[in-house]
Amino acid sequence: MGKEIAEARYYRKKREQQKLFDLLYVIFRSLLIIGISFIIIYPIIQKIAVAFKDKADIYNPTIYMIPVNFTWENLTMAMSILDYFPMLGKTLVFVVVTTLFTAASCALAGYGFARFNFPGNRILFGVVIITILVPTTTLMLPYYLHFKNFDFLGIIGLFNGKSGVNLINTYWPSIITSATAIGLKAGLFIYIFRQFFKGLPKEIEEAAFIDGAGGIQTFFRIMLPNAIPPMITVVLFCFVWQYNDTFYTTLFMSGMELMSLKVATLPSQADQFIPVLMGYSHSSGFKADPNHVAMVVDTGILLAILPLLALYLVVQRYFVESIERSGIVG
Amino acid sequence: MKLKGISLYRKRSMLGFFFIGPWLIGFLFLYLTPLIQSVKFSFTKLEIQPEGYSLLSVGWENFRNAVFVDANFNRILTSSVWEMILSVPMILFFSLFSATLLNQKFRGRTLTRAIFFLPVILASNAIEAAEKSGLINLIGSASYLEEMQGATSSYNVTSIVYTLLDIGIPLTFADYIVTAILSIYSIITSSGVQILIFLAALQSVPNTMYEVAKMEGATAYESFWKITFPMISPLILTNIIYTVIDSFSGSPITTLIYSTAFTSQNFGLSAAMSWIYTIVVAGFLAIIGVVLAKRIHYN
Repeated sequence: MGKEIAEARYYRKKREQQKLFDLLYVIFRSLLIIGISFIIIYPIIQKIAVAFKDKADIYNPTIYMIPVNFTWENLTMAMSILDYFPMLGKTLVFVVVTTLFTAASCALAGYGFARFNFPGNRILFGVVIITILVPTTTLMLPYYLHFKNFDFLGIIGLFNGKSGVNLINTYWPSIITSATAIGLKAGLFIYIFRQFFKGLPKEIEEAAFIDGAGGIQTFFRIMLPNAIPPMITVVLFCFVWQYNDTFYTTLFMSGMELMSLKVATLPSQADQFIPVLMGYSHSSGFKADPNHVAMVVDTGILLAILPLLALYLVVQRYFVESIERSGIVG
Repeated sequence: MKLKGISLYRKRSMLGFFFIGPWLIGFLFLYLTPLIQSVKFSFTKLEIQPEGYSLLSVGWENFRNAVFVDANFNRILTSSVWEMILSVPMILFFSLFSATLLNQKFRGRTLTRAIFFLPVILASNAIEAAEKSGLINLIGSASYLEEMQGATSSYNVTSIVYTLLDIGIPLTFADYIVTAILSIYSIITSSGVQILIFLAALQSVPNTMYEVAKMEGATAYESFWKITFPMISPLILTNIIYTVIDSFSGSPITTLIYSTAFTSQNFGLSAAMSWIYTIVVAGFLAIIGVVLAKRIHYN
């Protein structure tokens, strides 16, 4: 009898200890999560606060985050310096086109590597992995020269007798590289698609084959509709990386109006144009307050990431799910 | 074309070439050819002319110039590689930690996950450059900016170092921890994709394993090291490789190679530099691969 009571007391004590431990753990975890989330979100909140802050508030030390004098001036200034809406339109067209080409060519290649036993399959897939590993810096110079005098197997030379066409500062270099699955991080996308298609049951294709569908038809009517999860992953990654890319854009399109290029040069642009926008002429020698320039630059950065944030709010639910099912894990 | 004479097997493998066709064309003409050209450039002196370019063979001179003559190359290469070696373990540790955290059940998990993956969307060299030059603009000079960042952070650092040394942690390790604390923002923002990969890996571990372990009386700590860690170990290698490659894109060495080619017009030297860099990184990856390959558990 006495032994049972002692045992019950022992277990109750143990349970209470466990409860306390769990509670402490939950508190610790919440603090950690809130802290890390704060570090990630803080710069965005700060930029939003700055975007609506008036010049008059710059030297007011009592202001934290929420400005006293609201203004749209920073937004309009940043927009006119960036030439925002026309430039955003061009950027989006460019990014969407390259993303679609990349997704299409990588899906085809991924399926080819996953399901067909042509000679050299394994070696060629090894080559895909190597293309992921070699830094693109190595290829920078030949790429530049190649697209400066672009000539596919001498075909263009046959027609106009010259050595090729200059494709620098057009959309073509990026479109060509993405359509041939060689562009920005394409190796990684081929890898994702291959892993996913390898994971699908072979019986699906056999059934389609028995029903009389050819190989190409099987791919478009049956395999592709099943490949939604890797598709979302690839499209989102590709979109975002193209949008933010400075490597290929500075190499191929340094003279064009694209978001990443514009944002990278925003500070010097702002320095130059703010006095003009404020109504001073170039010759007057008026220099804008550096703090004011910094404010406009911050607003410009916010404007640049705004489309991505909007996109992310819509797709982030599918995004995490699709990563889980897209078979990166193999 | 006579299709009757071709066996079904042959037809199928031809179809395979159809599917990888776009990639194959791209690879042959837009990857392999430039790659070979790049090797060729590194042994020559290249001059741009109105009609294409001319090459003049110079042997190993470009490589010699890169290593022994150029004032910046050695310094930037060592600091880039060193920075990479330092940051890879930190990013790996943080992303594994966050992934385990995000894999647990708690209220607001969807929101937390959305926030943790935000850096994947926002990581941009363009924005980084704008922010940095914005700051330089604000303060007046780049060197003063560095000094100021050093000054504002040194206050906390010394106290942390002393506490760490008091506990009995060796100086080099204390130094490493302090570096990690100071660069926490860049670690968090550059580990988005790694968290995603680890999270997907964690979800692929069958739940039954944990149930069995719990029944046998294993603690959470034990089941992490005995089940979770071995099960996700292949993805650790994937993540290391991804992190190393990711650190190329914005590193100062890339900028140096770019400016050597397009600002000082020294194309041969630039090609030689990029090959030295590639070989160093490849060696680094090979060492990691060999060391980890034996310890990885494939199921």
